[in-house]
Amino acid sequence: MDFEDTKEEAAFRAEANKWLSANAKLRGAKSSKDDLEEMENGSASGMTASKAWQKKKAEAGYARITWPKGSGGMGGTPMQSIIFGQEEGKYDVAIGAPFAIGLGMCIPTLMAYGDDEAKKRYVWPAVQGDEIWCQLFSEPAGGSDVAGLRTKAEKDGDEWVINGQKIWTTGAQFSDYGILLTRTDANVPKHKGLTMFYIDMHDPAVEVRPIKQASGGSGFNEVFFTDLRVKDSQRLGEVGQGWQVALTTLMHERLAVGGGQGGGLDVKELMGLARTLELEDGPAIKNASVREKIADWYVRSAGLKYTTYRTMTALSQGKQPGPEASIAKIVVASKLQDLTAFAMELEGEAGALKGEDAPAHGAFQMGWMSAPGLRIAGGTDEILRNIIAERVLGLPQDIRVDKDVPFNKMPSGR
Amino acid sequence: MNFDFSDDQKMLRDQARKFLAEKCTTKTVRKVFEGAHGYDKDLWKQVAEMGWHGTAIPEEFGGLGLGYLELCVVAEELGRALAPIPFSSTIYLFAEAVLAAGTDEQKKKYLPRIASGDFIGTFARVEGPGAVTPKSIRATFKGGKLSGKKIAVVDGMDADAAIVLARGSDEAGERGLCLAIVDLKGAGVSRRAEDSIDPSRKHAQITFTDTGAEALGKTGEGWGTTSSVLDRAAIMTAFEQVGGADVCLAAAKDYAMQRYAFGRLIGSYQAIKHKLADIYVNNELARSNAYYGAWALSTGARELPLAAAAARVSATQAFDFASKENTQTHGGIGFTWEVDCHLFYKRSRELGLSLGPQRTWKDKLVTQLETSNAA
Repeated sequence: MDFEDTKEEAAFRAEANKWLSANAKLRGAKSSKDDLEEMENGSASGMTASKAWQKKKAEAGYARITWPKGSGGMGGTPMQSIIFGQEEGKYDVAIGAPFAIGLGMCIPTLMAYGDDEAKKRYVWPAVQGDEIWCQLFSEPAGGSDVAGLRTKAEKDGDEWVINGQKIWTTGAQFSDYGILLTRTDANVPKHKGLTMFYIDMHDPAVEVRPIKQASGGSGFNEVFFTDLRVKDSQRLGEVGQGWQVALTTLMHERLAVGGGQGGGLDVKELMGLARTLELEDGPAIKNASVREKIADWYVRSAGLKYTTYRTMTALSQGKQPGPEASIAKIVVASKLQDLTAFAMELEGEAGALKGEDAPAHGAFQMGWMSAPGLRIAGGTDEILRNIIAERVLGLPQDIRVDKDVPFNKMPSGR
Repeated sequence: MNFDFSDDQKMLRDQARKFLAEKCTTKTVRKVFEGAHGYDKDLWKQVAEMGWHGTAIPEEFGGLGLGYLELCVVAEELGRALAPIPFSSTIYLFAEAVLAAGTDEQKKKYLPRIASGDFIGTFARVEGPGAVTPKSIRATFKGGKLSGKKIAVVDGMDADAAIVLARGSDEAGERGLCLAIVDLKGAGVSRRAEDSIDPSRKHAQITFTDTGAEALGKTGEGWGTTSSVLDRAAIMTAFEQVGGADVCLAAAKDYAMQRYAFGRLIGSYQAIKHKLADIYVNNELARSNAYYGAWALSTGARELPLAAAAARVSATQAFDFASKENTQTHGGIGFTWEVDCHLFYKRSRELGLSLGPQRTWKDKLVTQLETSNAA
């Protein structure tokens, strides 16, 4: 057992650092507030800088390390990709959050199901950061139950006409293209009547409206389609096979979203706060109930960190990571919610303030307001527990009352 | 990054699992749990023949000198099997204390006998309910004579000798504390079996009256040595706890895949699925924390006290949760004597207390964080 690089990994790390130091400056400390603001507003700011950095990486093959040479990558290993990410994090660069969805989910789907012409046209501009992609799956009537979506696509000659609405679309406001899951047949059970397309987000028939979140930020959007016409050649996979295509995308989502972040608010920040506050019986950091909470959250954070090391070990040895990688978001999201609420408890009445009026520049308040979103986005806590129970532990699926019912005969509430 | 056990260590694990599946079923556990004997003598002997006792004892003292990663592997399997033998008292505590503070002569005297399975040792700290603090220790060891009373001494009825935390001088607090090794079969020792929540690990009350004993280390070092021995034992015990927690998850899952209610397998209800998913999450966190502890133990890393406290807290929480929710998943049948759920429920609480309660370890953890700035 050790935490060292293998010889090959050390060589790659040195090489990556050589390239990074030639192309960027080491960065100073980033505050947890910056991280949170990024989470809040979907990193729309700094787009020019992000695109420029992405282009540099793409030219050197670092933009998609694991992809084959010739399609934007360098044919590297997942471990090399992790190592590059670790090193890149030390530099003052605009790390490509706006590209994560496109490159992590949309383009892999296009590569799996698109024709050669589409691959030739779209892959490289996306890798370079010239074009940004979003994923148009969730709908007001289909969140956890994505296959319950209602956006309708109807064939008209060589084209499809699309009407409907998507919601919770991250980055739609600055996206050039999107992959869109639609219903093409309502007379069959819900999973069987879906078809996937890719679309031009600049088409006038597409309208993007930012959603104002409960936390006040706007990282997500609603997207409306009114008689949007797309060519049949923009279809990904067969008609009616959209669910299988979406599963490919979602499989990549798991890898792309990964751990999920707690906005940099963890035990260290809580201890920092506890050191500055006085409670009824003296310094908060000396209070037994505070110490107990710190320990509880520390073992979850540390457990997660070392779970990541186990996953990385599997990757480093060229093995498939075990299912333990699937626990991250469940742990992180609820910990953020509980830890920030507890920090506000320590702050007392002043905990009800926010922003610069609040202690610690309002970092804990901001985390607490974002936490409900983190527990929902990218798979709710409940869906993630179902996934662990079914795919890791092998428990049976819940009874699906809608499984064999034609979509248009299904009951629907609000 | 190589944060996993080696292929050889995994082979040892498979071998240990197979051996214990055959030699230590819950029937074996129940014989001790329901009987008068303090441990399973056959199992103890066979485990010694496998060489497990000497896993981390250096070769010069009769052990295999393999190391602590291997000992952690063995510990997990013993924990899975609820092995009713005085392994932790003898190996994690007694042998570790002798290795940490013993003279060469003491090591030669005890370690080979421990490695061969001919000796049972234990560690006696506690004198009453509440926290064990330097102030709480009233037993005295002066002029080679030990006096005082210790309670809740695990395997205390069967141990040949005990290491006893006592007051060696009149200096206050830690500075007056020392350790003594005392032959429990000699004169001036009276012991009585105490009832405990988990009779597969028997407890004893031991009274010393001017009992002849020898010093282990110097006066003033007793508390520090105890603390570092407990850190090491906590990591190995964490592996036992993780092993037990995984068995609880498997048992809950098996039952959920057999039992029907309202016309469906109960495993298809989210109330059960989410419960089991939560057990899985806790178990994986505990396993990862235990691995980090194993790494610290095997390398003697500076981070060992923090790693030990984290492994301890995480594993205690995981085993507690897994064992109580396994019982809950079983419903009424889980609350019967006949079904094994309660063996794990009781073992989880016993292990969670025997090296000190969570409260103590959490405070230790935060103290480490305060000094190391590691959080």
